[in-house]
Amino acid sequence: MYYRPCGVFDETYSEDVAVVRTPVGWSFFVGALLFLSILPSVSSGSFIANLNSIGIVVIAVLGLQLITGFTGQINLGQAAFMAVGGYTSLILSVNLNVPFLLVLPASGLSAGIAGIIFGLPSLRLKGFYLAMSTLAAQFIIPWLIVNAAPDITGGTKTMVLPAPKIWGVNFNSQERMFYIIMPAMVLTIFFITNLIRTRIGRAFISIRDNDLASEVMGVNVFKYKLIAFFMSSFYAGVAGSLWAYWMRCVSVEHFTLMNSIWYLGMIVVGGLGSVLGSILGTVFIRFLDFSVLAIGPMIGEIFPSIAALATASLGPTVFGLTMMLFLIFEPRGLAHLWDKLRFLYRIWPFSY
Amino acid sequence: MLSLFPQFLVNGILVGGVYALLAVGVVFIYKAIRVFNFAVGEMLVFGAYIAWTCISVLKLPFLIALFAAIVCSILLGLLIERLLMRPLIGQPLLSSIMATLGLSVFLRGIISFLWGTDSVSFPYKVFPGSPIIIKDIMISDQLLWGFILGLVVFVLLVIFFEHGKVGLGMRTTAEDHQIAQATGINVKRIFAITWCVAGVVAAIGGILLATRIGLSVVNTPLVAFKVFPAILFGGLESILGAVVGGLAVGILENLAGGLIDPSIAEITPYVILLLVLLVRPEGLFGLRRIERV
Repeated sequence: MYYRPCGVFDETYSEDVAVVRTPVGWSFFVGALLFLSILPSVSSGSFIANLNSIGIVVIAVLGLQLITGFTGQINLGQAAFMAVGGYTSLILSVNLNVPFLLVLPASGLSAGIAGIIFGLPSLRLKGFYLAMSTLAAQFIIPWLIVNAAPDITGGTKTMVLPAPKIWGVNFNSQERMFYIIMPAMVLTIFFITNLIRTRIGRAFISIRDNDLASEVMGVNVFKYKLIAFFMSSFYAGVAGSLWAYWMRCVSVEHFTLMNSIWYLGMIVVGGLGSVLGSILGTVFIRFLDFSVLAIGPMIGEIFPSIAALATASLGPTVFGLTMMLFLIFEPRGLAHLWDKLRFLYRIWPFSY
Repeated sequence: MLSLFPQFLVNGILVGGVYALLAVGVVFIYKAIRVFNFAVGEMLVFGAYIAWTCISVLKLPFLIALFAAIVCSILLGLLIERLLMRPLIGQPLLSSIMATLGLSVFLRGIISFLWGTDSVSFPYKVFPGSPIIIKDIMISDQLLWGFILGLVVFVLLVIFFEHGKVGLGMRTTAEDHQIAQATGINVKRIFAITWCVAGVVAAIGGILLATRIGLSVVNTPLVAFKVFPAILFGGLESILGAVVGGLAVGILENLAGGLIDPSIAEITPYVILLLVLLVRPEGLFGLRRIERV
């Protein structure tokens, strides 16, 4: 919900439903887009590579936010749906030579169909039972990828993809991939921000808040749950496809249960039921990850005897601790923290 | 292949005994405080590593190691309850799921820091005995120990839960925290006891598993992911269901792995789980809840 300070009124309907409302908001919005569009030309390769990985994860996490944060269905298999997208891209681009612009939505579609299949039990399941049936997806999908058709998917081997090509332009560097990944991320944010304001999004939220009550009020719960599963997995598939093209290779090792848990951790840290939260959470956790990667070797230099152990164990320790601390102290996540800060700024120096 | 059928069946029953033991530990927590413990895999590795340290590094006899493992696991359980679970009382379902998931990641980091990520095994067979051979079927003594211990712990837990005063308090707490408090039950103490019991069960299960398949922070917790389907298969609220589920998963996994294809054993529990949940959403022995708006 977006509350404006008193004294700011809407005079037309379009003002009332606008996402970006104030001139300040517009200038931030346009400024951010401009900043993103010139970033690759002024910045170094590894930074852009990190941003690319964040962009891809943001898409997957937004998908997860849709199903878990907005529809209230716990999904422990987001990484597996990413794997479906990644391997669809592999098959389409390597075996069938389909152009990139078709592969991307096709990967999303195939992952979405997988999502519908594993979402089918959601008709009768909820809570832990549903979490388990998505956990089943996390085990069954990689197994199928490895064992069902190893001659196409390469089994456990890492398979190489060509660089994406759009109208003769080869996107073969980090800076060029940035121009695919960032627009995809911005579009995803745009779609999901607006989706939750539509009939479908409101149905999702009503299912999250009380599925029985929403059924009684005329929301077709099963239909909307399946839509939620489809869309969530669609974004996962798109993210998986981008991941495959970005890494230029695909392997089931990239889409493990651990990744699914990380994505869930990101929406918890960011804030459930908040688009901004998904972005903040992803960026926060990734930066935590990067800083742990940087700090680990430093600890190793100070205490050489535990160097190898420290680098291996610091990441999970810090991530698990962050997740638990956020659950205990700020269960509504970074998005709520941001809201509180903004509110403080607006009313400062008076208390209301 | 079919001649091996009885062998796989026996193996399955025996492996299922260990699964059942771990499943009972998780169901026990769920019944008492409505928290699904995703960290059970790491808790059992923790207990097993304590025992391993006592035996291999400190050269202590097995019984002392077992005692140390149980004491440390109880302490771990108490810490989890006091620091993580108590602040989360009254939070929605997702919080408790995420908290135990976060706990499992955290414990994994701590364990890999303390003991490394390499696989270790006990220097000698901690449980005495040698394989029993009846006709063509070999009954592994280690598996048999696991099965028997699993049954013993199961019976003890059922007696504890159904007949003791504490068990009665737990059942009341499971029904409603506020009503339990109003009748004079110390709900916090019940929570603490629950996590202690869970720690003990995890420590025993961990040692049993470690003697059989070795001990590593990477691979041993994966067993927990076979226990979860077993629990839901039997129904979250039923201890008997956990035992049946554990045995069923053990048997079907061994049969599918042995008779069809070894790699299919990994996903068998989940395929069964999906099929059962499609027919009976509350599991075989689970409580069918009537919900009201």
